[in-house]
Amino acid sequence: MDDAITRAHRQEWARVVATLTRRFGDLGLAEDAAAEAFATAVERWPSDGVPANPGAWLTTTGSRKAIDRIRRESRRDDKHEEARLLFDEPPRDVGAVDDDRLRLIFTCCHPALSPEARVALTLRMVGGLTMPEIARAFLVPEPTMGQRITRAKAKIKAAHIPYRVPEAEDLPGRVDGVLAVLFLVFNEGYLATGPDTDPVRHDLTVEAIRLTRLVRELAPSGEVTGLLALMLLTQARAAARVSVTGELVTLDEQDRGAWDRDLIDEGHALVRQCLADVAAGGPPPGRYQLLAAINAVHTDARDARDTDWSQITTLYDRLVRLDPSPVVALNRAIAVAQVDGPDVALALVDRLPLDGYHAFHATRADLLRRLGRSADARDAYDRAIALAGNTAETAYLTRRRDQLALQGDRSAGS
Amino acid sequence: MPQYLLSVYGPAEREPYGDYGSKEAMLEAFAATGAFNDKLVADGHFVFANGLAEATTATVVDGQGDEPVLTDGPYVEAKEYIGGFWVIEAPDLDVALKLAAEGSKACGGKVEVRPFQTEDDVKKMLGE
Repeated sequence: MDDAITRAHRQEWARVVATLTRRFGDLGLAEDAAAEAFATAVERWPSDGVPANPGAWLTTTGSRKAIDRIRRESRRDDKHEEARLLFDEPPRDVGAVDDDRLRLIFTCCHPALSPEARVALTLRMVGGLTMPEIARAFLVPEPTMGQRITRAKAKIKAAHIPYRVPEAEDLPGRVDGVLAVLFLVFNEGYLATGPDTDPVRHDLTVEAIRLTRLVRELAPSGEVTGLLALMLLTQARAAARVSVTGELVTLDEQDRGAWDRDLIDEGHALVRQCLADVAAGGPPPGRYQLLAAINAVHTDARDARDTDWSQITTLYDRLVRLDPSPVVALNRAIAVAQVDGPDVALALVDRLPLDGYHAFHATRADLLRRLGRSADARDAYDRAIALAGNTAETAYLTRRRDQLALQGDRSAGS
Repeated sequence: MPQYLLSVYGPAEREPYGDYGSKEAMLEAFAATGAFNDKLVADGHFVFANGLAEATTATVVDGQGDEPVLTDGPYVEAKEYIGGFWVIEAPDLDVALKLAAEGSKACGGKVEVRPFQTEDDVKKMLGE
């Protein structure tokens, strides 16, 4: 029974919220009514049995809950409106329902909301995560997260943020915004921050993948396919990425046999599809497709030594043209180190204005170590450790630094 | 239909040609803003629009006591103040944001978009 309810929650939550939002024109009301409908299911289904169509049951129950609430809150002369809502239930048309879910995603990811609010709202309204779960995922106190979500809902209502799929001319930009939210959720899961946090938050990565699949189903594009492939190829390596002692394992040292072949196969198939679409005259690949292709080069190599680094460098060159940000340049430099050597890469890295970014110092530390500049490397490790927020990464960087100290002492003593 | 306040901010004390740098730039912005206003009227969005005198010309009045208390200057100390505004009608925020972008380009300043309260909001506050 718990399984049936959990499954219904996974599959139907967004549909129920989306349908109720369209019907009642109020996201907050829809959320509360959907939550009440699921609470009723928890009470009733064990004795009454699981309904034949759980989604329809939940939507109908949610509608009744919403009407109860309107009735409690409304004035007497709204009787006609109430009657209309009660008897004028629109037929459940699957196509329209899916459009509703898409509307819901676009509303939650509206550019007039702060990025934090977009992430939180999407996880709550589309993902069905509870408020405490979202607060925990982003390491903020529950009241803070509650206020963030409440404020966003109030803004949607007061500012009349529309509940619709954007016009064709605005669609590419708005889809980019949705993908950015999903990528943020995934990254927070994959490199979770916080001293007492698991290094990988599978709840967030799995949810991001599920929502990206949903967006791809509802609004297919090369970039959403690229993002899904990128997430799958990254998630495929999750088990090999943290050692039994809770330490980050870098790509070159990972046990490639522990990678998830099914996820890799699916990711590779998606990347091939992107390549075929581009070759057939589709739009040039955007950042997610390029990042997916880079990851596919890594997952293609059965051994780290077989990695085609020049191919990776070429892909990064294209990415830099699309996104000339210092973080992309940093990742490109890591590939350059494999092709042209650590000295060439270090010259590139040293130019980047990334002093507050742990990966900048971690990359410098590794390049300096490879160049035999132990004292400089140790300083860079110290900076990286001070800035890193992920427990596994801190453990890895600390070990590398301490090994360096040992080697340094040895060479000093010899 | 929802109404929005689109306000444009500028420094407390203005340069000779407003915030525009030169007479030509100022005239250009005025012409572009005029054309934008005409478009708002033609498309049924226009409620009201005007530019304000410098913030330093403002007076704050507190009439809550027996005698009104007057204070020279604007209510809030800030680096920038509202220099002008539009009140528009739009079916939703997406339309209002598009219009704000056009207005921003025309007048040469950033525009803050803020919805007016609706009758429903007030009813809700009163618990009706």
